[in-house]
Amino acid sequence: MNAPSQFPAPPPLSRSSMLLRFALIGAVLLIVVLAFGYVGGWLAPQRLTAQRMVNQLQANAGVFPGYRRNHAKGVCVAGYFDSNGQAQAFSVAQVFAPGRTPVVGRFAVPVGNPYAPDSSAPIRSMALRFTEANGQQWRSGMNSMPVFPVGTPQAFFELLQAQHPDPASGKPDPAKLGAFFASHPETSAFLAWVKTAKPSASYATESYWSLNAFVLVDANGDKHPVRWRMVAENGNSTPGGSDPNYLDADLAQRLAQGPQRWHLVLTLASPGDPTDDASKEWPADRHEVDAGTLVLTGTEPQESGPCRDINYDPTVLPNGIQISDDPLLPARSAAYATSYLRRTSEEAHLPGTAASHTEAK
Amino acid sequence: MTRSPTQFVLAARVLHWLMALLIVSMLFIGVGMVASVSERHAWLISIHKPLGIAILLLAVVRLIVRLRNPPPPLPADLPALQKFAAHASHWLLYVLMLLIPLVGWAMLSAGGYPVMLSDSLRLPSIFPANAVAFAVLRHAHAWLAMLLLLTFLAHLGAALYHGLIRRDGVLRSMVGGRAP
Repeated sequence: MNAPSQFPAPPPLSRSSMLLRFALIGAVLLIVVLAFGYVGGWLAPQRLTAQRMVNQLQANAGVFPGYRRNHAKGVCVAGYFDSNGQAQAFSVAQVFAPGRTPVVGRFAVPVGNPYAPDSSAPIRSMALRFTEANGQQWRSGMNSMPVFPVGTPQAFFELLQAQHPDPASGKPDPAKLGAFFASHPETSAFLAWVKTAKPSASYATESYWSLNAFVLVDANGDKHPVRWRMVAENGNSTPGGSDPNYLDADLAQRLAQGPQRWHLVLTLASPGDPTDDASKEWPADRHEVDAGTLVLTGTEPQESGPCRDINYDPTVLPNGIQISDDPLLPARSAAYATSYLRRTSEEAHLPGTAASHTEAK
Repeated sequence: MTRSPTQFVLAARVLHWLMALLIVSMLFIGVGMVASVSERHAWLISIHKPLGIAILLLAVVRLIVRLRNPPPPLPADLPALQKFAAHASHWLLYVLMLLIPLVGWAMLSAGGYPVMLSDSLRLPSIFPANAVAFAVLRHAHAWLAMLLLLTFLAHLGAALYHGLIRRDGVLRSMVGGRAP
């Protein structure tokens, strides 16, 4: 056997053959780079990415370093979920076995500006992280509305674009918003609901809907498409006042008097109910299961509380709960991850972030 | 199986080509999943995590194989600078194969995420939950992956240079087959 140093010398290449071979090597490398650039989006600028979505949120509301890019105004809560075992027939998730699961949550107003008045939007949101004894987690982000305006990430992005404030008035251009809703008939259920909606005086009196569909998996591996909502035990909702900040004080006052409770109600789909379109409500007669009680016992400011560093990505799910074919779910996951990276990078004061702005405050 | 000094041992060659496939796939999966809001995002992430751990385990096996079986020497007439580049880039590849999955695992741990390899298989946390550490590790994960892409491109270009221009048996030592 020859050692490599004695490898038989190959016949020399002609000049043209050598050039051709170098060109071939260059072409192979170039193809890899171009394919990578395309898959990574740099060579496909028209593709909707999480970065473009979050950029649009920032363009609409401004940049507030360290804060979430949407639902920026909020407050941390803590408590537990007492499962009654009723959902065990549909899901093997440990959280549904009879017993208690600790919860770290967050209430918020769906605005990009953490200093906006509480009455800026007639919607409240509830985000929860259940931590099972086995270390798996269930994260959920819910809103106090029964139906989402749109069903696809692209339509949501166009809605954000239509909501971009007019530089002159500082408010969205009504003509652009009108044109958006006119060209998106799927928004009709949301528009009908929002006409009746008022900014509530309390987080504690609202019920919160998952909006997206998920899939429960039972012990036999059978799948059950589902939506859920947290129904307030005290559903006595009243409109908020003119003060810009009343929600946090209301919540603290109620919690000082005692725990606040919600029932987790699972709505099981019937065959044919759309799982891929959050803009469509399911009929009201669907089978419902009361899975247990969410008990919230304490609250802390979001700047120092345990919810601050949690990304309430609704695709973080325990064994027994899966995402459905709803196209909004992966988009939410991607956009939340982008928002989380930007705000944690600001917390870390990494170069290129808007963090220096905070220090000036 | 006979071992010829002009070739890598069979285990090294099998590991090389298997990991080449996995790592190049992984680079594209990683860059594609963060640039997508479609259903692709969810299923690419569900592949990314178990594949990353598989690469980490294979890299450990490969390092052991590499240390127990010295590779065939480079051609004696290869310029010193190219020899240095070859050795440095090979060790850089080993470092990145081990480091990038570990940084990814630590990054998810620091972000407070459960590290789920499947619906029910969860790896333990290897870093305390800390948002600042998450941000640093998340950026490091991406930049190290870009460095891995560049190192891979250099490796691929050099392999083709040996195979097409120098024709000195270096490419054959990993492809296998008999010398002419």
